[in-house]
Amino acid sequence: RIHQHCKNEFLTMGKATKTEAPKHPRFYPAEDVKVETKFKVRQNPPKIRASITPGTVLILLAGRFRGKRVICLKALESGLLMVSGPYQINGVPLRRVNPAFVIATSTKVDVSKVKLSKYDDTYFGRDKTTKKEGEEEFFMGDAPKPAVVSDQRKADQKEVDTALMKVVSSTEMLEGYLAALFTLTNHDKPHLMKF
Amino acid sequence: MVFTRYVEAGRVVLINFGPDAGKIATIVDIVDQNKCLISGPAEATGVVRQVISYKRIALTDFLLKIERGCSEEDLEKAFKDEGMAAQWEATPWAKKLASKKKRASLNDFDRFKVMVAKKQKSAIIAKKMKELS
Repeated sequence: RIHQHCKNEFLTMGKATKTEAPKHPRFYPAEDVKVETKFKVRQNPPKIRASITPGTVLILLAGRFRGKRVICLKALESGLLMVSGPYQINGVPLRRVNPAFVIATSTKVDVSKVKLSKYDDTYFGRDKTTKKEGEEEFFMGDAPKPAVVSDQRKADQKEVDTALMKVVSSTEMLEGYLAALFTLTNHDKPHLMKF
Repeated sequence: MVFTRYVEAGRVVLINFGPDAGKIATIVDIVDQNKCLISGPAEATGVVRQVISYKRIALTDFLLKIERGCSEEDLEKAFKDEGMAAQWEATPWAKKLASKKKRASLNDFDRFKVMVAKKQKSAIIAKKMKELS
């Protein structure tokens, strides 16, 4: 057996100086071991288009409240927007809304005084507790279950809305504007309309 | 069918098409059957001296007293002396163009305010009509 350093000399004897041959360990696994990839997928926070900022008046285009004009309060981590009517003006509660189904108008309202730090996706997420399995639910069928609004939600709604109403009532005609529905009528050309 | 607005040196025109669309200019000289030389004057209206096709302009009622091919200086003086910019803005034509432009630039909130104002106006008129009838 040729000793390691002699081996290198042996290799470089007749040839021009090359880089050293890679040193192989004496023991290696019988089957190939997968090399861990260095690239990890990075989940970036979802980007919301620049026209939507906290305080922007939005026109909802789809869903239960389509046509309503609401105030955008903040962008949540999931990429959805948190929105409020305010509830007393147009019946839209604190709610999440998909920015893809929304027109952002250029009308802005100052919402810096509203406390929004406690609202996030888990606040709006569905409760995982109520799931009646078995015969009872089967016999009830697909009857619509009555919507129950928790007292906490009502209290939060009131808190946010009182702060919002102060700002809304300071701007002329804004309350009526938020109460009105957005519609297209004859001769309207949405691609030419500025929002 | 008598024509009253002629293509001649001094005729004030409205440019309908191109980068200077919406601005007024004065015909300085005639090139041929299809095009003429116009100039704002440049300082007054922002239209530089250029050749333009008749298809892109509309003749107005206004006529400046200038010589064919006059200099920019003389044109400026004539334009200013007549107060052409103000005269043009006062015409119903110019006012219509301005209101169209304003309407196109309204945002959603503005359109709501316009709708409310229209309703208030028609309510006043309807009330008055009821009184009179």
